[in-house]
Amino acid sequence: MADWRPSCSLTALKKRAALLATIRQFFSARNVLEVETPLLCRAGVTDPNLNPFTTVLRQPGSSEGEQLYLQTSPEFAMKRLLAAGSGSIYQICKAFRNEESGRHHNPEFTLLEWYRVGFDLAELIDEIDALLAEICRDHLILAASERFSYRELFREHVGVDPLSASFEELSERSRVRDLPEAEALCGRDRSLWLDLLFSHLVQPHLGRGRITFVYDFPAFLPSLARKKPDDPLVVERVEIFLEGLELGNGFHELADAVEQEERFDRDLVIREENGLPLPAKDERLLAALRSGLPDCSGIALGLDRLLMIRMRAESIGDVLAFPTAQA
Amino acid sequence: MATFSTNEFKGGLKVMLDGDPCSIIENEFVKPGKGQAFNRVKLRNLKTGRVIERTFKSGETLEGADVVDTEMQYLYNDGEQWHFMVPESFEQYAADSDVVGDAKKWLKEQDVCIVTLYNNAPISVTPPNFVELTIVETDPGVRGDTSGGGGKPATLDTGAVVRVPLFVQTGEVIKVDTRTGEYVSRVK
Repeated sequence: MADWRPSCSLTALKKRAALLATIRQFFSARNVLEVETPLLCRAGVTDPNLNPFTTVLRQPGSSEGEQLYLQTSPEFAMKRLLAAGSGSIYQICKAFRNEESGRHHNPEFTLLEWYRVGFDLAELIDEIDALLAEICRDHLILAASERFSYRELFREHVGVDPLSASFEELSERSRVRDLPEAEALCGRDRSLWLDLLFSHLVQPHLGRGRITFVYDFPAFLPSLARKKPDDPLVVERVEIFLEGLELGNGFHELADAVEQEERFDRDLVIREENGLPLPAKDERLLAALRSGLPDCSGIALGLDRLLMIRMRAESIGDVLAFPTAQA
Repeated sequence: MATFSTNEFKGGLKVMLDGDPCSIIENEFVKPGKGQAFNRVKLRNLKTGRVIERTFKSGETLEGADVVDTEMQYLYNDGEQWHFMVPESFEQYAADSDVVGDAKKWLKEQDVCIVTLYNNAPISVTPPNFVELTIVETDPGVRGDTSGGGGKPATLDTGAVVRVPLFVQTGEVIKVDTRTGEYVSRVK
């Protein structure tokens, strides 16, 4: 086997170590507690767009086993800690997503996820801004960050309103913008239309030379964010972009157990319609929400991608010791 | 022909798209943070030569294309068809003017080139990267005369016209890069 060597350089290993130290220093100064939660989970994810790795747990001496999942994110475990009174917490950990491989995707990747009790999304964005400034300082020259709503960016770069445009208008726009295949791909699935048009026409313009925060996402795009009180068409969700790459997703967290369970149920219906596996709902998370999740906002950032941008790397393998293909 | 799924799309794979044989140049996996995955694929249409971009849903499939690049020797042309032969088997193929395209400028009889076959019929001809051709006509070129930008046109024995340095004369053999159409060097 000729490829036993790491796919990233020694420099990249050192930069990763420095990045982790910077992050820990940042949160230590702000009194945010570092936690570790399991990578092995009993509950799967209901999100129809995620495909978790599964494994089998056997008790000593037993030949039978139970199916466990590798986490796609530490969110549910961290919310259980929050409901138990942990206060603001952060975690740097691996997450696993099957069927996700490419220049910016490795099936195993590193997330920085943190939750701030009592922060609204605007305050969290300020903190994300400060953390990224710390991380990028001395590595990248960035102009001041900017904040835009999803709606205004979509209008500007695609030319129609994402919430009210008809399917005919979306089709027309896609033809004009050289995406004739969009109509057959998306049909009457508004979520898919928005994802396709945003990723192809809007995203390449975002985060060029500065961090771009996109807030106020359409409510019908699936997520676990709470609806904006004065505008039910949008949710309190933010995405962070740098050099055209998505770094992470942040939310003013949904604390309503009933609504959360409804979202799980809707997910399962979609899974069933598409012949996808039907995992059990995470009952422990739902119990934690019923007990009471403190008002909080949370965010997950992809650290590998952050490193890629800092090092001007072409592919995620340039920042990983061993991508899954060579693990 | 086999079908290929988006996760099998690699540079060089030959597939059918909209009824034309295409070669995959690049395959980019695109996944919004919370949403479905796409593959943004760059392909070259082997019939028209144009590069196109197309988005697929991850997991979509395309039919493989029966495209083979074969080394052949150029025999002759009768004005309408250019004739080629596979050296080992003596099999002959005929290609019309459109299919031969730019290669016409560089091919001399007996030259070996790549003929791309689609369903066993030629769809394009690629000349070797470098050819050696004789200059049949060019001005003498006065030494020190740089008013023309440092070069002069020369007509080659295939009929092609390339810019050559002033010191190169009629009757000389020169090496040309067929990909750029530029003079490379004189050949002794």
